Amino acid sequence: MSDQTIDTAEKPEFYLTEDHHPENSTNLGFWLYLMSDCLIFAVLFATHGVLGRNYAAGPSPADLFDLPIVALNTSMLLFSSITYGFAMLQMERNAKAETLFWLTVTGLFGAAFIGLELYEFIHLIHEGAGPTRSAFLSSFFTLVGTHGLHVTFGIIWLITLMVQVSMHGLVEANRRRLMCLSMFWHFLDVVWIGVFSFVYLLGVLG
Amino acid sequence: MFSNPDLLKFVFGRLTLDAIPYHEPILVVTFIGVVIGAIAVLGLITYFKFWGPLWNDWICSVDHKKIGIMYVILAVIMLLRGFSDAILMRIQQAIAFNGSEGYLPPHHYDQVFTAHGVIMIFFVAMPFVTGLMNFVVPLQIGARDVSFPFLNNFSFWMTTAGAIIIMLSLFIGEFAQTGWLAYPPLSGAAYSPGVGVDYYIWGLQVAGVGTTLSGINLIATIVKMRAPGMTFMKMPVFTWTALCTNVLIVASFPILTATLALLSLDRYAGTNFFTNDLGGNPMMYINLIWIWGHPEVYILVLPAFGIFSEVVATFSGKRLFGYASMVYATCVIMILSYIVWLHHFFTMGSGASVNSFFGITTMIISIPTGAKIFNWLFTMYRGRIRYEVPMLWTVGFMVTFVIGGMTGVMLAVPPADFVLHNSLFLIAHFHNVIIGGVLFGMFAGVNYWFPKAFGFKLDPFWGKLSFWFWQIGFWFAFMPLYVLGLMGVTRRMSQFEDPSLQIWFIIAAFGVGLIALGIVAFLIQIAVSFMKREELRDDSGDPWDGRTLEWSTASPPPDYNFAFTPVVHDHDSWYDMKNRGYARPLEGFRPIHMPKNTGTGAILSAISVALAFGLIWYMWWLVVVSFVGLLVVAIGHTFNYRRDFHIPAEEVTATEGKRTALLAEQV
Repeated sequence: MSDQTIDTAEKPEFYLTEDHHPENSTNLGFWLYLMSDCLIFAVLFATHGVLGRNYAAGPSPADLFDLPIVALNTSMLLFSSITYGFAMLQMERNAKAETLFWLTVTGLFGAAFIGLELYEFIHLIHEGAGPTRSAFLSSFFTLVGTHGLHVTFGIIWLITLMVQVSMHGLVEANRRRLMCLSMFWHFLDVVWIGVFSFVYLLGVLG
Repeated sequence: MFSNPDLLKFVFGRLTLDAIPYHEPILVVTFIGVVIGAIAVLGLITYFKFWGPLWNDWICSVDHKKIGIMYVILAVIMLLRGFSDAILMRIQQAIAFNGSEGYLPPHHYDQVFTAHGVIMIFFVAMPFVTGLMNFVVPLQIGARDVSFPFLNNFSFWMTTAGAIIIMLSLFIGEFAQTGWLAYPPLSGAAYSPGVGVDYYIWGLQVAGVGTTLSGINLIATIVKMRAPGMTFMKMPVFTWTALCTNVLIVASFPILTATLALLSLDRYAGTNFFTNDLGGNPMMYINLIWIWGHPEVYILVLPAFGIFSEVVATFSGKRLFGYASMVYATCVIMILSYIVWLHHFFTMGSGASVNSFFGITTMIISIPTGAKIFNWLFTMYRGRIRYEVPMLWTVGFMVTFVIGGMTGVMLAVPPADFVLHNSLFLIAHFHNVIIGGVLFGMFAGVNYWFPKAFGFKLDPFWGKLSFWFWQIGFWFAFMPLYVLGLMGVTRRMSQFEDPSLQIWFIIAAFGVGLIALGIVAFLIQIAVSFMKREELRDDSGDPWDGRTLEWSTASPPPDYNFAFTPVVHDHDSWYDMKNRGYARPLEGFRPIHMPKNTGTGAILSAISVALAFGLIWYMWWLVVVSFVGLLVVAIGHTFNYRRDFHIPAEEVTATEGKRTALLAEQV
């Protein structure tokens, strides 16, 4: 009934007498969260894939998108990822002031990205191409807007962390938090590359 | 100043006195009952001076065991609500013949069947499953808590907040009249302009946050917190099923969240995702919601399979037959559950090839499931079977679930589905698997682990009574629905023309009466067991001669679960320890590092209820205030860096010393 031979003479260790320190779960947990967030974007991409050509006799991407502005916008976000990387390098060197400096730069790039996106949205709505115009515009505004909301929350989180780093320094807890935000920020960058390629570039190609 | 209509509209949004259903006698009586019950509970808490402990030791608790117990309590309370809806429907359908309209007007009846489905899935089955996983998994893997204890508390309170939002709809406004998945365009603003669908959306969104986070938490716990020596293939089967279930949760609940978000954009912002015009596509919603919905049924049933595996091995006194095949079967079911969603709408018209693909994948799921049934049977074969209450539920499950599984394979045949789609046959099928699989599993689990949680067994007499009422009641309640479904009767009807059908509905109503007795017997079982707790007490911590690690510690386990982290050599590790002369350590205790309790989770969830209420009733000031409140409390919480403490070694020594004395008395 049992495939193991039980040797009653042999008495193995059945418990640890020292403290047991399981591996830290934060990285895995945060990765799992990011993947769950990724699924939300997956749904929005899929919806855009299905509804993205339903113009309802309204404007199409070629009529609406201003690619130079989108390219500028994209570069803002890509630069912010690089500067976040610089902040993490400074954190590794334990240089608090430099870390805070690069975090500030990252936040400013992020804010510029959000500003350009809002400008684009307002412009579209003024042209009569708001989210209620057609299923294509509904899915466009929702996908891009959800990404923008994520970046906005990222900026709020970034400011919170900057306050905490200046209060407590680069302590273990703050390093862990900076690492999580780093993953979050780069994740948003990756999602944006998808948005730029599939929504804007392919959209304009028609 | 409140005579100013603009101000009134600003403060209350679209909430007016008409929204209070004081003209509906059923609801008024219910409301009075709820108020009397609430006053009684609050009075008892005050009388026993329980407010302090309630807040400090329960509401703020980050202890996975207490959170697990609270999940199960939530599930049982919501079971009473969901089951009342079931009784209402059964009585209505039994009497609404020969021109009688019954006693429930259609708009009320439609809310009842929607609420029944939503509550039973999201607020009974889900909290039951999550609660048992929360309680058992850390104990089974030899851990002191989950990976993220505060998050666990927060998840529980968000689930509760969702339940509160759904319950509010009973007395303020109305609930959705759309069916439990709120298909558009019916659920869109054009056809459901009231607050019902909004209650549905925000209740599920708030609870969904809790479910997703608890899924992440439990995966991280199982992957990272296992005791030394416990490789993946030495994990107890319940932990395996919990792992697969939580993978499914994390991989499917975000889809529900996004889908409901799109529906709410359609309703609130006037977008055109699922509308009939301007390019919207309602079938997109139905695809998306079932990409969540099909994994969801496996989220519920896999942990039940895990419970049966534990129970069958324990009460047969044998190792589980085919441990490895059980693990692989669970993983295969986990993967397959993602590629079958379209079988919920073969009639969409996606064509023969697509329907065949999804029909075949659906049928393939019966292979790993069948393998599990044989594993349980072979475990029982030549075992020394003890028919304790958990084992009764397990055997009852095997008989019932096999029938439900076979009707599922029938429905998986697309041509048959074109006839049976949306009929009572389908209703009978999924109740057959959800009651026979999930609910029976939960009752088996509650009877099995109750002594671990509270230190005394549940009374077997009332447990057996509950089992037999449920089992027989189930057959009476649902077999007639198979018959009716084969005759072509569709679901969600509130009145019938053909008097020859009535007898079947009367039989079904009789069955529901038996199930009601089963629920009453279960409640009596808990009360009787509490009164007879000295008689039923178990000081050994191992009342069933268990096989896995949770039985190696005291009942109820101390806050820290294990004074020393166990080392695992086999998948039936506690059986292995008992068999090879494990001696309980009596000295050398060390201080134990533990997380601190916090009220933040409960506060965030209370604010979420306010936020949802504002969104439902268009009280925009409340939305802004509570949203800012959420941000402030959440960010404020991150400024607290002192979240843990040590239980001093003396306290551990004292606790363990008491247990040593208790164990010595036993011999």
